[in-house]
Amino acid sequence: MIRFIGRRLLQGAFVLWAAYTVSFFILYLLPGDAVSIMASGDEQNAVDPALVARLRSEYGLDRPLPEQYLIALVKALQLDFGISIKNGVSATAAVAEVLPETIKLAAAGFALAVILGSALAIGAAFSRNRWLRQAFAALPPLGIAVPTFWIGLLLLQFFSFRFRLFPAIGNDGVASLVLPALTLAIPTAAVIAQLLSRSLHRTLGEPYIEQIRAKGASDALIHFGHALRNAAIPTLTMLGILVGNLLAGAVVSETVFSRAGIGRLTVTAVNSRDIPVVQTLVVLAAAIFVLTSLLVDLIYPLVDPRINTARRVSV
Amino acid sequence: MPQQLVRPSPAQTRPGDPAVEGTGPVPTASGPAPDVSPASPGTPGTGRRAPGRAAGVGRAALPRLAAASRRLGRAPGLVLAGLVLGVVVLWAVVPGAFSSWPPDTGVPTDRLQPPSAAHWFGTDSLGRDLYSRVVHGAATSLAATAVAVGVGLVAGSLLGLLAGSLRGWVDDAIMRVMDVLLAIPSLLLSLALITVLGFGTVNIAIAVGVASVANFARIMRAEALRVGTAVYVEAARSAGVRWHTILLRHVLPNAAGPVLALSALEFGMAVLSISSLSFLGFGAPPPSAEWGSLVAGGRDYLVAAWWLVTLPGVVIAAVVLATNRLSHAFANPERNRT
Repeated sequence: MIRFIGRRLLQGAFVLWAAYTVSFFILYLLPGDAVSIMASGDEQNAVDPALVARLRSEYGLDRPLPEQYLIALVKALQLDFGISIKNGVSATAAVAEVLPETIKLAAAGFALAVILGSALAIGAAFSRNRWLRQAFAALPPLGIAVPTFWIGLLLLQFFSFRFRLFPAIGNDGVASLVLPALTLAIPTAAVIAQLLSRSLHRTLGEPYIEQIRAKGASDALIHFGHALRNAAIPTLTMLGILVGNLLAGAVVSETVFSRAGIGRLTVTAVNSRDIPVVQTLVVLAAAIFVLTSLLVDLIYPLVDPRINTARRVSV
Repeated sequence: MPQQLVRPSPAQTRPGDPAVEGTGPVPTASGPAPDVSPASPGTPGTGRRAPGRAAGVGRAALPRLAAASRRLGRAPGLVLAGLVLGVVVLWAVVPGAFSSWPPDTGVPTDRLQPPSAAHWFGTDSLGRDLYSRVVHGAATSLAATAVAVGVGLVAGSLLGLLAGSLRGWVDDAIMRVMDVLLAIPSLLLSLALITVLGFGTVNIAIAVGVASVANFARIMRAEALRVGTAVYVEAARSAGVRWHTILLRHVLPNAAGPVLALSALEFGMAVLSISSLSFLGFGAPPPSAEWGSLVAGGRDYLVAAWWLVTLPGVVIAAVVLATNRLSHAFANPERNRT
């Protein structure tokens, strides 16, 4: 097991290195150099010439390319992704400052998504009424097709402005978390519902379910005690992508609800072409993906003891 | 594989084929009749219609059309999806035919009117007709989406084709990079590219396209690997055909199906991504109307004018829903028959 985790961590480190390298080459090499892009902002965020000079020497832009890359990589290993052009603090610090807010939001959104998504999938599998069943089946495609920002604005319109149930903006308290988390949750819930109901449908047709039913088990026992556990595995596999989607959704949700967080930081960073911050965020997203995938591999054997992750991977 | 491709003419279909056999209310000659008179395989369509009308041009096309329309009749959702997309494409091509109001000049006295017979979607804070703005915005939104899907399709297919047919270290190198791209959420990847490319509709389209390259590359590689081991490719190779001819003549056409199904799906996703990015303010500057920026423009009037945000959003959702339905039909044709 230790060997397995070690191997996965090595693979993860490779993905992180590759993400860093890809983003380095995209962000720092395409047109001109980073400093000239950052300095070419419009008047309102014009950059202090002294800072430009400092940045130029900081990045060593006069040096040959491989050397630049190596210097940047060594710095990145020390979690130094450069200095934010916006306010002169280090990019890592700028991200770390707002990270907790987004973690709160994403956790709440994820919990809601799992609850809503599984409720829809189980509802679709459980209900005997044809119309109800079709309603359950029609909701997930709808949830995938509606734009996240639009959901957010509609929620804002109804629950904040018309009924005044929740605050419209800000980061204070649980009440301000409800609508942004719901906005975040709806597309993810739709994906979970689709995946889960597809595999539930398949699982419920398997012979062992037939046998349990023949033995006289109730519908509830069949669904919750037997089928759900097996049906959850394909959804679990998608967890890494789903969490990444939450991160992308946070960009929209935090903008709509004017919440501080990584998402809004991303938008402001792109707006002011703050390359060090953008790169930090890209590497952070890759790191979250790597950690989630590792977590999923560790959870598999708990859900289905037949899956021996360590053995499966080493074969 | 799509059954339609395998079925060049209805004469080859057996009466037992559930796809063609009429179970609907439409009266057809199929039934016992084609079973009895399949004597003339050279004249397709004889068994399908009354013998008296069998002569004429396009004999094969008519029954095929009839069968297709019968199949469609059993999938009203698919018809609706096609209609929605058809209307939106027409909006983009001839916007003037759908709305008489100018999209960019408003009547100040008509500002913030709710939807009515004159202004279907109401008017905005400058008195501009919102429906007209949505109609005229269709061209920008659809063109950007087409660029995005095109970039993803061409670049991704090329990379996937190279990886799948050259194998070895090329394959490893390309696919590892694709894996990394898949590890980063596509919206974030697009945002990173916009940082470099700058703002504007074309740039967000390119950024969205590049973010979808990995999906296309994966599918194309899988297909290229599958087709690459087929007997006819082996035969061509042993006959001394050059590798690039094999790629273009054999591998590409046979790998196209799943890749095209994916591009239908990616089209819907690209509509969403592009509208999200232009909602965030990275699209074209204010006077031009793109669907996402129309929704963004209504943000300040959430209380006073619900229609400004709601109705353009409904249009976006309808288009995405319709493309998803079509891509679903495209990916599993057999599902539409029951």
